[in-house]
Amino acid sequence: MLIIRCPWCGPREQTEFSYGGEAHIARPADPDALTDAQWADYLFMRTNPKGRHREQWLHAFGCRRWFNVERDTVSYRIRAVYKPGEEPPEEAS
Amino acid sequence: MSGGAWRLPSGGRIDRNLPLEFTFDGRRHRGFAGDTLASALLASGVTRVARSWKYHRPRGIAAAGAEEPNAIVQLESGAHTIPNARATEVALYDGLQARSVNRWPGLRFDAMSWLRPFSALMPAGFYYKTFMWPRGLWHTYEALIRRASGLGRAPAVPDASTYDKTHAHCDVLVVGAGPAGLAAALAAGSSGARVILVDEQAEPGGSLLAVAGASPLRIDGLAAARWLEEALGRLRGMRSVRILPRSTAFGYHDGNFLTVAERRHDHLPLDQRAGRRERVWRVRARQVVLAAGAIERPLVFGNNDRPGIMLASAAATYVNRYGVRLASRAVVFTNNDSAYRCALDLVEAGIAVAAVVDSRAKPSGPVVQAAREAGIEILASAAVVNTRGGDRLKSVDVMALDAHGAAGAGRSIECDLLAVSGGWNPAVHLHAQSGARPRYDESRACFVPGDAVQDERSAGACNGIFALEAALAEGAEAGARAAGAAGFRAPPAPALAVSGDLAAEHSLQLLWLAPLPSRGRHAKRFVDLQNDVTAADIELAAREGYRSIEHVKRYTALGFGTDQGKLGNINGMAILARTLGEDISKVGTTTFRPNYTPVTFGAIAGRDLGELFEPVRKTALHEWHERNGAVFENVGQWKRPWYYARPGESKETAVRRECLAARQGVAILDASTLGKIDIQGPDAATFLDLVYTNAWSRLGVGRCRYGLMLDENGMVMDDGVTARLGANHYVMTTTTGGAARVISWLERWLQTEWPQLRVFLTSVTEHYATAAVVGPRSREVLTASCPDVDFSRAAFPFMAWRSGTVAGVAARIMRISFSGELAYEVNVPANQALHVWEALMRAGAAHGITPYGTEAMHVLRAEKGYIIVGQDTDGSVTPIDLGMEWIVSKEKDFIGRRSLARSDTRRGDRKQLVGLLAEDPRVVLPEGAQLVADPRARVPMPMLGHVTSSYASPTLDRSIALALVQGGRLRAGQTVYAPLADGSMIRARITSPVFVDPEGARQDA
Repeated sequence: MLIIRCPWCGPREQTEFSYGGEAHIARPADPDALTDAQWADYLFMRTNPKGRHREQWLHAFGCRRWFNVERDTVSYRIRAVYKPGEEPPEEAS
Repeated sequence: MSGGAWRLPSGGRIDRNLPLEFTFDGRRHRGFAGDTLASALLASGVTRVARSWKYHRPRGIAAAGAEEPNAIVQLESGAHTIPNARATEVALYDGLQARSVNRWPGLRFDAMSWLRPFSALMPAGFYYKTFMWPRGLWHTYEALIRRASGLGRAPAVPDASTYDKTHAHCDVLVVGAGPAGLAAALAAGSSGARVILVDEQAEPGGSLLAVAGASPLRIDGLAAARWLEEALGRLRGMRSVRILPRSTAFGYHDGNFLTVAERRHDHLPLDQRAGRRERVWRVRARQVVLAAGAIERPLVFGNNDRPGIMLASAAATYVNRYGVRLASRAVVFTNNDSAYRCALDLVEAGIAVAAVVDSRAKPSGPVVQAAREAGIEILASAAVVNTRGGDRLKSVDVMALDAHGAAGAGRSIECDLLAVSGGWNPAVHLHAQSGARPRYDESRACFVPGDAVQDERSAGACNGIFALEAALAEGAEAGARAAGAAGFRAPPAPALAVSGDLAAEHSLQLLWLAPLPSRGRHAKRFVDLQNDVTAADIELAAREGYRSIEHVKRYTALGFGTDQGKLGNINGMAILARTLGEDISKVGTTTFRPNYTPVTFGAIAGRDLGELFEPVRKTALHEWHERNGAVFENVGQWKRPWYYARPGESKETAVRRECLAARQGVAILDASTLGKIDIQGPDAATFLDLVYTNAWSRLGVGRCRYGLMLDENGMVMDDGVTARLGANHYVMTTTTGGAARVISWLERWLQTEWPQLRVFLTSVTEHYATAAVVGPRSREVLTASCPDVDFSRAAFPFMAWRSGTVAGVAARIMRISFSGELAYEVNVPANQALHVWEALMRAGAAHGITPYGTEAMHVLRAEKGYIIVGQDTDGSVTPIDLGMEWIVSKEKDFIGRRSLARSDTRRGDRKQLVGLLAEDPRVVLPEGAQLVADPRARVPMPMLGHVTSSYASPTLDRSIALALVQGGRLRAGQTVYAPLADGSMIRARITSPVFVDPEGARQDA
C-alpha cells in the first residue's frame, strides 16, 4: 500500500486516492481536424511502460484535487509528485 | 493421571499446578496450562492425529509451530467453530474440544484407507488426468473429492466472535521475538525510537524457549531462560516499545505496510472470552527488522511420514519446553550438527537414543563429541531409508551410504521416535513478500534474503545466521541501524557473549533425497506431507515436461494447503533441480504470497459487517416516509420510497393509485437524492457549454434547461436540469446514482484540462431537500403554500424557476417535469424539509395530494418516453441513438462531440431507443428480454436488441415498454418477438417511445 504525497495535503494513505491513468494527454485543440484514427489515438491509446510512468491521481477522500505522479511501474516507487501545469521532472540520463 | 501418561516428571515451561481438561475426537484428556493442543496430545500418548489427504495414511505431529502439516484440527462447534487450526499453535484451555478433520467416518477406522493399495495408480496430476473426463461429470467428482480431501468444515452458523482493525505507526517494527528479534528491539528501543515487537507465540523468546533447563548454554553469563526474562523486563521498561505476543505478521505490502493478526482470547476458555477475538494491526513502519527465525528442513526418505517421525527441533521443543516424554527409544537422523543437541536433550530427559544416523562421512563438531561422550552411538555415512509401524513408529531401516550415494548393507533399529534434521530454511517469507528476491546461498545450503527492496533488513536465523552469539550480534546491529535510518541514535551496547552453544556451526552436508531401500523400492518418500506429494511425483512431473517450479507446484499440489509448503517446498525445489540437472538457484522458489499463515475472514472483515458494511444515506424526510407506509428501495447508497402501501394494497395497486393521482390530481415525490452541484464563476457558462451537448450561454437568469452529458467517446453518461441562478451562478442536478461520478468528472476537466476557466464546483446534494409537486392540481397547491410567487402560466412558465417563501421557509421553486405533467420542484434547506413537506401535504389535502415513490416515478417518465441514464442507456448509447438530436448543438464544441462523427457512431443500424407495445396489452415484457425479428430463426437467433424499461401503464390501461433495437426508428410499426426462458414468445409492435402527450401540452399547462 503506497504512501502518496498530495501536493496540497502532504503524505497520505493510498486508500484516500483514486487513479486517473496516464498524464499529459492533452485534449486536441481542434477535434474536427483529426481523422477518426487520430481521434481514436487520443481517446484510447495509452503507453504501458515498464518503468517510469507519469500518471494522474485524485485525492478523492481529501482535497478532491488532481495532480501528477511519476511512478515506477516495476518497483511502485514514486519518483515525483507535481501539480497540473507544472513541469514534469527531468528524464534521468 | 495428571497432564498425560507421557509426561516427564519435571521440567518445561508448563504450569503443573494448573491441569486442564480437553477432548480430542470425543475422548477426554488432560494437559497443563502452557501446553499447546499438540504438546498435550503427545503427552497423552495420542500419536495419530490425521489421515493424509490423498492416500489416507496415518499421520502424527511433525512439527511444533506454524509449519505443522498434519495436525489440522477443528475446534469447538456451532458459532465458535474454528476449522483448520494447527494443533501446534492452539494454546490449551480448560474445556477445549478438538476434532481431527481428515478422517471419514472416524480417525480410528478410516473408510477411505481402501485407497492405499491403489496408491500407485494415483500419480501426480491424477485428478487432472482422471476426473476431467468426461467433463460433465466433474461436478460429481468434485463433491466426492472435496469430502475426501481432508480439511475442516466451514461453520454453519454466524461467528459468535467479533473482530477489529487498528492502525499503528512506528519507527521500527521487529518481527519475531527470538534472540535476534529481542536484541534488535532492545537496541532500537534504547534509542527512543517507537518500536513494535510482534511474535506469533504466546510467549516471546523463540528458540530460547526450547533450550533445555540443563543446557550449558549461557548468554551474558546467564542461562537462556534467565537472560530472556531480563531482556523482556528491560523491553517492558521502555515506554516507546510495544510488545504484541500471539500476533502474526502475515503480510508485507508496499510502502513498508505490514498486516499483523493479534489473537486476543483464543487461549481462554469460551466462557472467559470477552471483547474482540482478533485484531488486525495495519502497521506503517519506517524501518522493519525481520527476525522470524528459521524452519527446520525435514529429510526425504522411504515412509518418512509415519506418526513418531518429527523434526529434531520439534522433538527438543516438546521435551524441553512442554515436558513431554516423547518416546521410549529414539533415533536421530541428520545431515548436520544441530540435531545432536536434540539427541543430548533426549538423553538428558531420560529417553534412550539408540543412534544418531548421520549422512556425513566424518561428523566432528563439539556437539558430536558431546554426544559420543554421552554414550550415543553415531552411525556416520548412513541414512534412514525405510520405516515400519502403524499408529506409532516401530523401527527404522538404516543403510550405509557409499561414494555414489547408493545404500549398502542394511540394519533395522527399534525406536518409537525418529527425530530428523535436513538443515534449516530461513523464514524469508516476509522478505519475499516485500518485493525482494531470496537468493540461494551455496555455503549455507539454504535460501537467504536477497537485496532489500523496501526499508527492511533481516537478522539472525532468518538471515541464515544460526549461531546464537552471531544472531544476537546481528539482531542488535540491525535494531541499531534501523533506528538510525529512522532518525534515532542507539547508544553503543557491549556485545553479548555466548558460551556453551555446542552446535553453533551446523557443518551441513546436503542430502536432499535419501536412497530407496534395496527391498521395498516402492516406499513413498514424501516431500509435502499435507498434500501427499512424493519425490516420485516431482520426478514424474519433470519427465512429463514440467520445468518451471510454479508449474510443478500446480501439477503436483506441492506447497498448497494451510501450511503453504513451509516444510516441503525447499526440498521439492531441490529435488526438481536435481531431476532437471540444474542448480537450485536456477529453479528458484515459488512465489511467497501473503498470508504467512491462514487469517480468519472475520479478522479481515473487522467491523465492516452488516449495518456497517456500507453507509446508508437517508433523506431528511426518511422518518416521514417510514411513518406513512413507504416501502424502500436502494438507489446507490440511498434509501428511497419505492411506493407507499396502504393497508391491503399490493405493490401494483399502490403504484397505480400513485400514478393516477399524478395524472389526474396532484402527487408529491421526495426528489432530494438527485445530485446537486453549485457552479459559480465568470466562466461557468463556457464550462457548461463544454460539458453538455446543448448551448448554455444564452440561458437567462431565472430559467432552467435540461442537459445531456456525454463522455469523450460520445456516449451518454448523465442528464439533468440546470438552473441559472445569477449571471455567474448555476445549480446543476445530476442523476441520483451519478452524483459523485459527475462532480469528479467535472473537477477533472476543470483542474487538468481547462485550469484557465474560473469556475468553482460545490456539492450541495445534502444541503437541500427537494419536493416534486406533480399533477394538474399542483398549481393550486403551490399557490396556497407560497403566497409571494405568481404561479400563473404567463408569470412562471415551464422551465423557469422562482424564489419564494413556502411555509415561512426560503425556497427555490423550479417548474420542471419528469412526468410530463404540470409540476414544480420545491427546494429548501434540508433542515426545514419536514416542515415544508408537511405544509405542502396540508395545502394539497383538499386535492387529495398523494405521496408517490420511485416506481410510480419510473412509470410516469416511461409513459412520456423520458430516459433513465443507466437503465435505458448502458454506456454504449449516443444521443442520436436516443432520438435526441434536438439537444446536440452544431454550433460549439463539447466533450464527446467529435466521437459522434466517427464512422461507427454514424451507422444506421445502431441500436436506437423505441417504444414497444405488446400485442396482448395485459402482458408486461420482462426488462432485459432479447428481441428477434423471426421467431422461427435457427438458434442462436440473430438478436435485434433488448427491452430496457417495461411497466403496466395506469394512464393507458395497458402495458408499455422502451427498448434498444437495431435500426429501431426505421422499424416503427414492425412486429418483433421476445423469446423467453420458459419457451414462450411475446409479440410486440415497435412504436414511438412517447406514449402520453407527445405535444407536451400537459407540462406546459
